[in-house]
Amino acid sequence: MTESVEDFEARAGAWLAENLPRAGPEFDRYGPAARSRTDEQDLAVVARCRELQRRLYDGGLAGICVPSEYGGQGLTPAHQAALNRAITGYEFPAFTQMPTFTPCMAVILDFGTEEQKKRHIPAILKGEEMWMQLLSEPSSGSDVAGALTTATRDGDEWVLNGSKIWTSGAWWADWGLCLARTNWDVPKHRGLTVFMVNLRQPGVEIHRIEMLNGSREFCQEFFTDVRIPDSCRLGEVDQGWTVGVRWMYHERTVSGGSPYVTMPVGRRAEGSGAPELVRRARRVGRFDRPDVKQAIGEYRTNELVRAALTERIAERIASGAVSDQSAAIIRLFGGVSSVRNMTISFELAGPGAVAWDPGAEDLGGPGIGFLMRQASSIGGGTTEMSRNVISERVLGMPREHTLDRDVPFRDVPREG
Amino acid sequence: MFERSPDQELFEDTTRRFIESACPLDRRRALAGTKSGYEPDYWRKGAELGWTSLLVPESAGGGSVSGHPVLDLALVAYQFGLHAAPGPLLGTNLAAAALARSGGSPGAGQHAEVLGQLLSGEVVVGWAWGEPAPGDGFGCVETSASDGGGGGYSLSGSKGPVEAGPEAEWFVVAARRPDGLRQFLVPSDASGLTVTALDGLDLTRRYCRLDLDEVALPAEALVGDADGEAASAALARQVETALVVQLAEMTGAMQWAFDTTLEWALHRYSFGRPLASYQEIKHRFADMKMWLEASQAVTGTAARAVDTGSSSRDELLSAAKLYVGRHGLELVQDCVQIHGGIGVTFEHDLHLFLRRLTADAVTLGTPAEHAGRLADLVAAHEEEK
Repeated sequence: MTESVEDFEARAGAWLAENLPRAGPEFDRYGPAARSRTDEQDLAVVARCRELQRRLYDGGLAGICVPSEYGGQGLTPAHQAALNRAITGYEFPAFTQMPTFTPCMAVILDFGTEEQKKRHIPAILKGEEMWMQLLSEPSSGSDVAGALTTATRDGDEWVLNGSKIWTSGAWWADWGLCLARTNWDVPKHRGLTVFMVNLRQPGVEIHRIEMLNGSREFCQEFFTDVRIPDSCRLGEVDQGWTVGVRWMYHERTVSGGSPYVTMPVGRRAEGSGAPELVRRARRVGRFDRPDVKQAIGEYRTNELVRAALTERIAERIASGAVSDQSAAIIRLFGGVSSVRNMTISFELAGPGAVAWDPGAEDLGGPGIGFLMRQASSIGGGTTEMSRNVISERVLGMPREHTLDRDVPFRDVPREG
Repeated sequence: MFERSPDQELFEDTTRRFIESACPLDRRRALAGTKSGYEPDYWRKGAELGWTSLLVPESAGGGSVSGHPVLDLALVAYQFGLHAAPGPLLGTNLAAAALARSGGSPGAGQHAEVLGQLLSGEVVVGWAWGEPAPGDGFGCVETSASDGGGGGYSLSGSKGPVEAGPEAEWFVVAARRPDGLRQFLVPSDASGLTVTALDGLDLTRRYCRLDLDEVALPAEALVGDADGEAASAALARQVETALVVQLAEMTGAMQWAFDTTLEWALHRYSFGRPLASYQEIKHRFADMKMWLEASQAVTGTAARAVDTGSSSRDELLSAAKLYVGRHGLELVQDCVQIHGGIGVTFEHDLHLFLRRLTADAVTLGTPAEHAGRLADLVAAHEEEK
């Protein structure tokens, strides 16, 4: 008998109260884009997340929708949603969720052999393995199937050469899921293979990328004759696009609706959201201005509609009422509404978000956030790509015409 | 909007089939010239299907389908939107909800009789809550009910636009007493009451304005609770339900416009290609699909919050009205744009839905009013903490 959602939520609530600390005011700073953390502080957060993840695992609250033979709980998305409610307000392992659980673990669950799943899934659920996505390349952002990074077979091993980019946290991660070209003589989608790459081995060089807000979370990896055993191949040779399509589906669920991600819901942490805008407006005596109320009302609407939309689509995907491609609608809303809300935040802050007293970074936050605004519509698949998915895969409109179909990949025109 | 139970699915489907057979879309233009915008037989049959009785308890002659009256009514409203159906759905149901609370009041006998006629579809009762400019703000009720002779009341003020045609024999009128709001049952031929039929955007939905000049009413005219606080709270619940009805209707109209325009884009050729093959058009459809899904999601969430009496219902209703009000109109106007010239003709059906959405978007509070209200609600919740 599966434990009822109500019983589970009560059990989870009781366990959390005993075993996890309440989230303090510093908790927001665990967000991946925190700009002012030192590397030592980052590493401390990573270590803390591994420890919290281990606690959840020991408490029977890791991998809610992962089958029990791989260390999970074998429950349903409704149970995961209940945990998300119960864990709200607690410190939780934010860094193990994405991309480790979704999309990486989700892809291993979908395509891994029994041996591969037994080896990696429990280690992931215990916080021992942190994973990254080796997907985008400097030469291709949205066109991920145009990967140039190449794996060449050598006996029982593969030899990997090339470069991947936009990998957040690769400098402290353990493993990466890598989409590589294994055949240049067939059309691009038919010559790809996915590998599980140990990031701590010879030939892997990781460079940090500094973003305009000072974050150095993103990395670029360079692979030089990196040797990968064939046992680390995920899925069939040259069938990597089948894996890749599913991979990118799971990536889109990062914005909401993934059954593998534990993420607090409901009232947001202190210092964020519409209530914070109200507090800030009141501090400067501006709350009663009609334009300020309009802006805050719109901001709050974006928050509430996003939650409602995510819940509705996740439910409909889970029940089979709509295809999982509908997750692109959540992704698009996330991008569009974040862009709008960061603009509102910035405009409400006014000149104070342009120049501030040394150290008063909370005042500058909306300004810095605005400079980084488009990141929410780029990372995790651009909103343009999600519009293509919605129109073509959800609504059945004609596919875009391309020049790289049905020709060997080595003959496809490319820059340089 | 929300997952339907099998009973609700059957109920909704019955409503859909009835509207499609009794009042197909091509009847709208002929009905535009009629006084009430529908045929009396249509409304009586709709009442038999349950259109008027969902908010009324079984003990008072009504009954819901699923035990969730607000959700059941939202399904009818959704079908009204999906078919731009005629008929005084919102006003009748809200008047019924008010009359059904009259159990112990002095006028209970008469109210039950009017309610019975309303439930069977024989009589139309208008629900007069909002007021015309300058007192047209959301929630603004300035019409006064002062003490009249013999323990009765005297009502003065204006109401409108009230969703009811000239066939309305009664109105449930909201008015202010010193200690809160009340509702009164007023006959349309009451002395001192002037009912003016208004011209309007919607072809089949009729609106009127009531001007009340010291309309004398007996004590029995008081509908529902005698206590000011209880009466105000009951009225607030009616307004919540009215918003759910309106939102559900809007998302139904959005669905028709979207589906119809998608079909058009898939089959209309231009420069040797279907319209739907242009990325500019595809991306606009992606945005419209997002607006549609988001509108239905937040409407469903708000409807369930009203149904369960959740403390988040006020915020959700205003968020929904802001979102659906703005994006519903953008969606239908974008559908007009994608249709091209035919989209702004009287011949094409699109304007029936454009009219319905436009009328709904700014009644029961404009999107901007709800944005301001939502900011106040967030601030109030902050203070409570």
